Amino acid sequence: MSQEVLEKPSAHPSARVYLSIAAILTAITVVEVAIFYIPAIRGTMVLAPVLLLLSAGKFALVVMFYMHLKPDSKLFTAIFTAPLVLAAAVILALMTLLGAWVY
Amino acid sequence: MSTAAIGHYTSTGQDTRKIAFWTFIGSECMLFGTLIATYLSYEGKSVVGPTPQEILNIPLTSVSTFVLLMSSLAMVLALAAVMRGDTRYSKVWLATTAVLGAVFLVFQAFEFTQFVDEGLKISTNLFGSTFFVLTGCHGLHVLVGVIWLATLLIMSARGKLGPEKAMNVEIAGLYWHFVDVVWIVIFTVVYLIQRGPAA
Repeated sequence: MSQEVLEKPSAHPSARVYLSIAAILTAITVVEVAIFYIPAIRGTMVLAPVLLLLSAGKFALVVMFYMHLKPDSKLFTAIFTAPLVLAAAVILALMTLLGAWVY
Repeated sequence: MSTAAIGHYTSTGQDTRKIAFWTFIGSECMLFGTLIATYLSYEGKSVVGPTPQEILNIPLTSVSTFVLLMSSLAMVLALAAVMRGDTRYSKVWLATTAVLGAVFLVFQAFEFTQFVDEGLKISTNLFGSTFFVLTGCHGLHVLVGVIWLATLLIMSARGKLGPEKAMNVEIAGLYWHFVDVVWIVIFTVVYLIQRGPAA
């Protein structure tokens, strides 16, 4: 493999994209907090899935654009995603084993 | 082309430092995964108060969350400035990131002292134990990040952080953004989704 290929920097997003992502992250956070304060939603089963979905969206935006996983090599995506999935599985397994779904 | 740059590449075509750091971040996923699992497994199981519903300050934490999100923006702008060789804005954005990280730590210190004043210590109940360990561990990571950023800022001030050192800033950025995404999860599962009955 030539050095030209090795040293070619990955195309990082522009400052405009970074600012747009920051605006979206702020907007999602505002929505999350607003949802928390809506009495009709707060005590229902809807709250957790909606908040988790919004949180996952923020997580994905930061990882893809600020951590550059989107333009970078898929190798990094694999290195990050495998333990992330394992961690999620550990969370679900421990919660099940320790009876966290029952009060 | 510097010899250092050549020496850091392998048959994968990627910088070995970056591969190593992504692997480290993977291991950090497991660390925070177990801490979050422990918090969630014991959530709502405290036999004495204070409970999350009684003590968590959502407006305060929302502001600190916003501060950390904005620090991530400053971090990517710092990396962009270093990559284009803009020393002035490299310093500005690195300093901004470090200051916002320090502000987040001040918010956390305020929150912790407020909780202690209201009777929640690490030994008070299951909520106190799991909450302080989880958020304290995250806070320590933020502290390490602030120190790391301060060292980069000093390097930049001494004119030793040119485009050829962009990988150093990129790796620091990966750490900083990871700390940010961990907080995104903690803010949702600990602060906003408060499961279980109040004690």
